[in-house]
Amino acid sequence: MAGVTLRTIDYAVLQQCMHCGMCLPTCPTYDQTKHERNSPRGRIALMRAVADGVLDVSHEFAEEMSYCLGCLACQTACPAGVNYAELFETARSDIERQNAHHGIARQVWRALTLGFLFMHPEALRLTGRLLGFYQRSGLEAFVRRTGITRLLPAGLRRLEPQTPRLAPRFSNSLIPSRQTPSGPTRYRVALLTGCVQDLVFPEVNRDTADVLLANGCVVDTPPVQPCCGSLHAHNGDLKHARVLARRMIDLLPPDRYDAIITNAGGCGSHLRRYAPLLHDDSAYRERAVVWDRKLRDIQEWLIELGCRAPETSPFDEPTTVTYHESCHLVHGQKISREPRALLRLLPAVSLVELPESTWCCGSAGVYAITQPEQAERLLSRKTANIVGTRTEWVATANPGCHLQIARGLDAAGAGIQVVHPVSLLARAYRREQRPSA
Amino acid sequence: MPLSKDVAAGLADIVGAGSVLTKPEDIIPYSFDGTAALRQMPSAVVFPHTTEDVARCVKFAVAQSVPIVTRGSGTGLSGGSVPSSGSVVLCLVQMNRILDIDPKNLVLRTQPGVTTLAIDEAASRHGLFYPPDPGSMRISSIGGNVAENSGGLRGLKYGVTRDYVMALEVVMPDGRVTRFGSACVKDVAGYSMKDLFIGSEGSLGVITEILLKLVPRPLARQTMLALYDRIEDAAETVSAIIAARIIPCTLEFLDQMTATCVEDFAHVGLPTDCAAVLLMETDGHPAAVADEAAQMASIARAKGAREVRLAKNEAEALALAAARRNAFSALARRRPTTILEDFTVPRSELAKMVTFIAETARAANLQIGTFGHMGDGNLHPTFLTDERDNDEMTRVHHALDRIAKKTLELGGTITGEHGVGLAKKEWLRQQMGDNSFEVMKQIKRALDPAGLLNPGKIFD
Repeated sequence: MAGVTLRTIDYAVLQQCMHCGMCLPTCPTYDQTKHERNSPRGRIALMRAVADGVLDVSHEFAEEMSYCLGCLACQTACPAGVNYAELFETARSDIERQNAHHGIARQVWRALTLGFLFMHPEALRLTGRLLGFYQRSGLEAFVRRTGITRLLPAGLRRLEPQTPRLAPRFSNSLIPSRQTPSGPTRYRVALLTGCVQDLVFPEVNRDTADVLLANGCVVDTPPVQPCCGSLHAHNGDLKHARVLARRMIDLLPPDRYDAIITNAGGCGSHLRRYAPLLHDDSAYRERAVVWDRKLRDIQEWLIELGCRAPETSPFDEPTTVTYHESCHLVHGQKISREPRALLRLLPAVSLVELPESTWCCGSAGVYAITQPEQAERLLSRKTANIVGTRTEWVATANPGCHLQIARGLDAAGAGIQVVHPVSLLARAYRREQRPSA
Repeated sequence: MPLSKDVAAGLADIVGAGSVLTKPEDIIPYSFDGTAALRQMPSAVVFPHTTEDVARCVKFAVAQSVPIVTRGSGTGLSGGSVPSSGSVVLCLVQMNRILDIDPKNLVLRTQPGVTTLAIDEAASRHGLFYPPDPGSMRISSIGGNVAENSGGLRGLKYGVTRDYVMALEVVMPDGRVTRFGSACVKDVAGYSMKDLFIGSEGSLGVITEILLKLVPRPLARQTMLALYDRIEDAAETVSAIIAARIIPCTLEFLDQMTATCVEDFAHVGLPTDCAAVLLMETDGHPAAVADEAAQMASIARAKGAREVRLAKNEAEALALAAARRNAFSALARRRPTTILEDFTVPRSELAKMVTFIAETARAANLQIGTFGHMGDGNLHPTFLTDERDNDEMTRVHHALDRIAKKTLELGGTITGEHGVGLAKKEWLRQQMGDNSFEVMKQIKRALDPAGLLNPGKIFD
């Protein structure tokens, strides 16, 4: 698929959509506007018009593809099996190639983030450390007090308070490069620490390693890992996405492991599709196929190997938890049953079903930055649904959703905490070792 | 043909500028409906919010000689809402409020843009039931259902959309707002005008409000699957069940190709290794359901079913019915273009029809998946083809023509529930006969003398 555009893509992929409309009720943007162009079949019609040469990759076309969350709810709903993800990434790649978004500032930001920061993990961590220092040193509080942030352009001014709190230490300080279980070894796995997960929620990575160890896995966690490339692929930069996929395969040759583990829904959805991405690369094609076969979301892997039920609850009191499904976990990877099954393993924890659990929370990668209004609407809807469950915790397995939902619940003063399901499991295992109070 | 600036401005004056779309990126997605291989760009798309909006838009467009194509969710399967050349699409999805539910009189009043599923869900909150359930019910609009007189999986026992429409508000081509029918169970005042508009495919007026009849929600239901090695045995089971004086709510047939495609998508445990599957359902009083289910299962076995499986619970029953509703779309997994037909024959002729379809496909070297409402004699032979292959498309058309003529020969109809639209109009005169066909056209001319409402649909 190197260099594939809408004009050169296999036309059958476009024709696969027979415009029956079954996707419409599951599309958050169509639900909002009731305009066909904001629906999956409408967007595919526009892509087909580009392929047919009756529509240019116009600014309007670019705007529409930017309005799409890429949540892939349509792919779950589609009886005809349309590969919307492939069409969508191809469309976004066309848009970037033809610079249909215009705007120099946007180009500079893209070059800085996709082209530099997310290509160089050490630089990304350095940025994270600087930002963390800025937040913790009191400098941020001082800057905000001065009111100097009012000088920022409106877009940045709105986003500035949303900057996630950076962790003081990242995954490499928390997890040694190899750990072996205290009991017998059953499997050998590699743990991917991600980018946002690494900088903001490194303890989720630590928890993932702990749960793997508790279930008899030797865990390899290279201290420096490349970005998986999902940000790039999702934003139309397939060239860098391929470079990163090759680096990842070089770092963790898949034939050495029983499984390669990710704990971020968004990353996993991309990570398990390296084979189509590297299909035209004869040097990597075969290893990419093995990679895809070995790639597992942590929750999927735990259920597959028969996760040991903890003997102790993660909490002192009986507790209620609800579960929000990351789009790229449920729609991108079809993992929906497993997280619930893990939560049900926890003693004295009751799982309450979340209404519209598969409806996007509006995080969707950089969507909150590119489409703030729609992202806010989706967040309000999600927050209201979570508050309605009257639970004390909401579990979710993707750092983007985690940040977004925590922000929504915080603003609503809901007093509900967000947690990765695996963190609850790790906490329960840890409490087994303590004498009970 | 682009719309003149004046016409666009005039429409914007009525509904507001944000509710008129004219840019190519906005209107390309309105150049088709759920029908394969039919495409035509409209000149604009307009979203009215009230009956008054509709009346003013229609009056204005007709005065400007601009054709109007009314549309809901665009899930139609005969091209009924594919734009006519130069037309303005009147899209009613923003008129999506249920206005009133009256549990004392068992009626529900609604705007046309509400989805079929939302109607039944609203009824269900009062222990009531809106039975018509077209395959696209999650997204199809009730206005579209009335305009096409849609059927569904429960037609055998509960009938079709027409059987639930008590009254309509209709905007006429000259902009007059009319109301036909009433909330009375009996009402013979004047011609049964509402019936003229049900199934009129947007060619006589624009339906802006609907009064629907509801029925009590059945207390119990039992769903089962019967698996066959021979299609004829499935057809005979259907005849035998009806001969035994049982009226199940659903008797759905899927051939092997369809069952396999549906299972690929839905993973509900449909068998992929038998020639035919019957999805059967009975509903009503729990005692009657238990009795009928037992009888149906034993008839199926007596007629040669390899196996009869009962759904274990409500969730499994719902999953099976939902999977069946996706049959048409799931068939699209096989080939780029999926052409769905809607031939219906008297039930006694079903076995003949099924055999004829299979033979025709074989002779023309075409792939066909057949499924349908066997209890209604309503079959959906679906051609799996590729619209870019001219030679194959010629063979498809030839095969369609043969099947259509055979249907008529057997006393059947070219469309049981999808409407004539664009896809079936070449056979309509033949089915109706010249006199009946001319009377129908006279009605069209009387109500829409300028021929601006959905022109080119049903007939030229």
